[in-house]
Amino acid sequence: MDYIGLREEEKLIQQELISLKATVSAPTTTLKTMKECMVRLLYCEMLGYDASFGYIHAIKLAQQGNLLEKRVGYLAVSLFLHESHELLLLLVNTVVKDLQSTNLVEVCMALTVVSQIFPREMIPAVLPLIEDKLQHSKEIVRRKAVLALYKFHLIAPNQVQHIHIKFRKALCDRDVGVMAASLHIYLRMIKENSSGYKDLTGSFVTILKQVVGGKLPVDFSYHSVPAPWLQIQLLRVLGLLGKDDQRTSELMYDVLDESLRRAELNHNVTYAILFECVHTVYSIYPKSELLEKAAKCIGKFVLSPKINLKYLGLKALTYVVQQDPTLALQHQMTIIECLDHPDPIIKRETLELLYRITNSQNVTVIVQKMLEYLRQSKEEYIIVNLVGKIAELAEKYAPDNAWFIQTMNAVFSVGGDVMHPDIPSNFLRLLAEGFDDETEDQQLRVYAVQSYLSLLDVENVFYPQRFLQVMSWVLGEYSYLLDKEKPEEVINRLYKLLMSDSVSSETKAWLIAAVTKLTPQAQTSSTVERLIQDFSVSLDTCMRQHTFELKHLHENVEVMKNLLPVNKSCEELVVDASLSFLDGYVAEGLSRGAAPYKPHHQRQEEKLSQEKVLNFEPYGLSFSSSGFTGRQSPAGISLGSDISGNSAETGLKETNSLKLDGVKKLWGKEGYLPKKESKAGDAPEAPPVPPESAAAENPDQAGAKRDQAQVLVQSKEEKEKQLLASSLFVGLGTESPINLLGKADTVSHKFRRKSKAKEARSGDVASAQNLTCSSLSSLSSATYKGNDCLATVQGRASAEAKELPLGPELLDPECLPELPLVGKLSDGNLSVPPLFADSDMEVFHPPLSAVAAAPAAAPGTAEITLAASFLEDTAEDTCSGGVEVCGDETVTVSSYKLWQDDGFLMGWLVAAESGSELQSANLDIFPAENFKVSERPGCCLPVTEAGSSRWFQYSLQLERPFTEEALSGAVRYQLVDTQAGQLGFSVSLSLLDFVRPLKISTEDFGKLWLSFANDVKQNIKMSEPQAALPSALKTLQQKLRLHVVDVRGDEGLLACRLPPSTSCLLHCRAHADGLALWLRSSCPALPDCLSYQCHKALEGS
Amino acid sequence: MIRFILIQNRAGKTRLAKWYMQFDDDEKQKLIEEVHAVVTVRDAKHTNFVEFRNFKIIYRRYAGLYFCICVDVSDNNLAYLEAIHNFVEVLNEYFHNVCELDLVFNFYKVYTVVDEMFLAGEIRETSQTKVLKQLLMLQSLE
Repeated sequence: MDYIGLREEEKLIQQELISLKATVSAPTTTLKTMKECMVRLLYCEMLGYDASFGYIHAIKLAQQGNLLEKRVGYLAVSLFLHESHELLLLLVNTVVKDLQSTNLVEVCMALTVVSQIFPREMIPAVLPLIEDKLQHSKEIVRRKAVLALYKFHLIAPNQVQHIHIKFRKALCDRDVGVMAASLHIYLRMIKENSSGYKDLTGSFVTILKQVVGGKLPVDFSYHSVPAPWLQIQLLRVLGLLGKDDQRTSELMYDVLDESLRRAELNHNVTYAILFECVHTVYSIYPKSELLEKAAKCIGKFVLSPKINLKYLGLKALTYVVQQDPTLALQHQMTIIECLDHPDPIIKRETLELLYRITNSQNVTVIVQKMLEYLRQSKEEYIIVNLVGKIAELAEKYAPDNAWFIQTMNAVFSVGGDVMHPDIPSNFLRLLAEGFDDETEDQQLRVYAVQSYLSLLDVENVFYPQRFLQVMSWVLGEYSYLLDKEKPEEVINRLYKLLMSDSVSSETKAWLIAAVTKLTPQAQTSSTVERLIQDFSVSLDTCMRQHTFELKHLHENVEVMKNLLPVNKSCEELVVDASLSFLDGYVAEGLSRGAAPYKPHHQRQEEKLSQEKVLNFEPYGLSFSSSGFTGRQSPAGISLGSDISGNSAETGLKETNSLKLDGVKKLWGKEGYLPKKESKAGDAPEAPPVPPESAAAENPDQAGAKRDQAQVLVQSKEEKEKQLLASSLFVGLGTESPINLLGKADTVSHKFRRKSKAKEARSGDVASAQNLTCSSLSSLSSATYKGNDCLATVQGRASAEAKELPLGPELLDPECLPELPLVGKLSDGNLSVPPLFADSDMEVFHPPLSAVAAAPAAAPGTAEITLAASFLEDTAEDTCSGGVEVCGDETVTVSSYKLWQDDGFLMGWLVAAESGSELQSANLDIFPAENFKVSERPGCCLPVTEAGSSRWFQYSLQLERPFTEEALSGAVRYQLVDTQAGQLGFSVSLSLLDFVRPLKISTEDFGKLWLSFANDVKQNIKMSEPQAALPSALKTLQQKLRLHVVDVRGDEGLLACRLPPSTSCLLHCRAHADGLALWLRSSCPALPDCLSYQCHKALEGS
Repeated sequence: MIRFILIQNRAGKTRLAKWYMQFDDDEKQKLIEEVHAVVTVRDAKHTNFVEFRNFKIIYRRYAGLYFCICVDVSDNNLAYLEAIHNFVEVLNEYFHNVCELDLVFNFYKVYTVVDEMFLAGEIRETSQTKVLKQLLMLQSLE
């Protein structure tokens, strides 16, 4: 339609809308007219005109109209509104009414609208009605009800959790349509968690067999292919179930084979099935015969003259090529052809395929092809995607410097300002940090500088801002490497850019920073002076600021040279983040009666609880640290005048170094600040070297201790100590988040030892460090923070990598068995807050709710009694004694619980009575809703598997928090004298079986606390509030296995984790009539469950 | 999962727009224009698939009309291509040799057909006889 036509249409529709508006709002309008108006409004809205004035009338029409009018009303509502539209709430009543109607059409309409748009918070209002509809006699109603539940599952999975069992019913429905609808739900649920539905594999396979075999009514056939969409859906489900699971995969080999065989008809829809089949064959546990057939199938696709099939062939190749690169080789000619295909989509897919097979030999060609494509494409999404891939390949496989820089130049100039900001910063980091070879690095930098200079010399070319920023940084840092060019000339070029209009103010800041860096290298530069003149009157305040800095620095070249040294971009700066040089000033202020500084956070808290003002009462010696919680300054001014003025720079004096950390920062911007333990006060309770550990000391630990001892003595070697301290700190800092994120458990089995040793080691070292150089830890935290800032601000995160000196000796197997023990002993003595220095606090107590009160072996004794081979595994674990769960006259089954540090194991011992021998035994665990059960071969307990007994071991992983649940299963056994039998059993589990202490620093606690969104607060009344906190903490630590992170005054911090990746934090505060608990976690339901457990534990005590 | 279904003519006039994802009105218009720009430039010899933002569009042209379905990247292209065809076959049966004008004058009926065949972003009914039976039943109400 031409422009005039468009104008006319607009005029017409606007007129129509005006008259419609008058009609719908007139009170006399009948519903019949209203229906007509609604249809017209729909049409206007579809063409893109605003008809929002009619929305409310659509809802009214759905509410009041007869069947036909209602239908139009519902249709209008579903097209006008979206899920979170506020008017939708007005529809809920109508929907509820219609769901209860006896008219089939009304029920169907209501179900349709519910499955399209329904306010999430109103789901409970209709859920029971829809559940009822699952039993409806009409197939179409059941089917729509299932889809409505599917929709609910999409938008609010928690609300339909309780009806999973009904989904199973729908899957077994006598009508195929209802079953097919339930597959949508299953596909989604299995995608989220495949392990819970493995038992359904058989059913899915049977259904697919029936479909493929043509057992369905002919209604379901499409172009004489039986229910193709259903087949595809089933194949996808199977693919998810069989992934990495040999046993499940074996169940489906037959049916997949049959599917591949049956789909021979030359029709699009058969190819759709084939494609899905190939996908499934490659995602499940491989079987060579099937793979061969699937590969042949892919060949058929790739070689097909039909363009759609060729495209899908390439797509299939893309995802199988990593498993089977030879397949790509077979089709290389086709791939080459596709590279120059006129359809950009085919080209794009080909590049994707090439990207997956790139190596150092073919990188130049592939990147060239990608760049060619990049220059032609205009779509932002494609550019961003492709630029990222090119940059990745270039960094990974670059054959030489020139190529790398040129490729990156192309990336920057094409990708420009849309590309991911990581790309330029990664590039700069690479340049700055370099590789191992120094000369190589220099060459790369020289080449980069040269290439940028020549790029800048080209007239009338505009580069993207990001590229200019990269250039200015590189020129500023590395121009000194050039022999020929003088810094003045570089400055001239930068100046020219600065004066250009096409440069954004952000880029100008980069440019002026580069000029500032170059100025001390230039002898005399008139350009700099001109620049200062030009920009000191700039309207941009930021630029003016930069210019003034440059101006003043320029006046004193010596200072400038010191401030801006050459090639020091990677050097770490030590920043005194605590601003201790201000201590004197602060002390002066305080002595004049000024109020101590309180951080924003604390001020707010105080406002909230007016009666809880700052506590100025003197504390006992060991608590001297927590008195002045609010102050930012680290110096112990309030403690005594002799310490004021201490800072990292002035050096620590031996005499007062112990009191240096007398004042703690409790809260900072990021929550809790790092805990600096003051061990001085309780020295007798916690001797520097625990006698127990001395015995178990191994060589490298002794070394570490000696180091620390030296450090203590030679307090002058400040820098070294800071490094050591910060390296330990960093090591710890990086170690614990890994645990928290649950990445540790992705490490495969054979690395488990390693990581465990590492953990134990770092925990051990850290605590030893806490003890012996407590004065250092305050420094180290400061340096650590400084590093952290630098690393993030400048994008040079090398610090972490360098400062992880966990040497190879850690992995020495010989020292393994002792390490956990030592770690624990020292933990027990040292890291527990002084208040609870009872050394047995850390001992792992099995929860009281454990099935048996069987003699729980304390870890110490366990180690002694266990054979050497168990030692390293069980050193930190506890296990319950066997409890007989079932049995008959010939066989008894007893269950064991094993609480490991990184998981929870259940073991069952099936033992035959004396005299008979077990020929075979089988143990099945029924799937449980809240946790994942997986078989874990091996044996972690001192039980022997002999002819008369069998041992089964399973590891349990929590999926959803719960309070109490039964785990049931069955044992089938066969005795040698051919007597067979079956026994069922059930074991009750508590949430506490899964809870493990989480040992983190107060700082990490603060960070975690802020990152968790789900919280629960609870008040618990206590009879003796004064003594409430210590005893409550003790109870929580003993009964719930929470780790006491820190205690400050009337507040305590506790943390626990639920392997593999969930953790929960607890903040408790004692007040006048009890204890206020505040729990936070990343898992939504966990705080609730845990607070219940806390309540129970504290009530009981 | 289906994100939206669009029917457009060659000039870019919308003949049907069904959204299964939440967009505001401006975004919807932008999407409609973008889809039109992406789809109409393509040659008949090209594939029936286009990458589109984080999704992909499966489209098929019938006379002057483009039937487009926007789905997730991981979805089966051909399955949705055939779903379009199935849908068009139903329309053809329902309107007895469907043409663009049928869709213009009966556009709200087309929405009913869509609702019978697709629901909650998934393919609900694929049997043509069943869909037609249901449609005729609803028609008899008028």
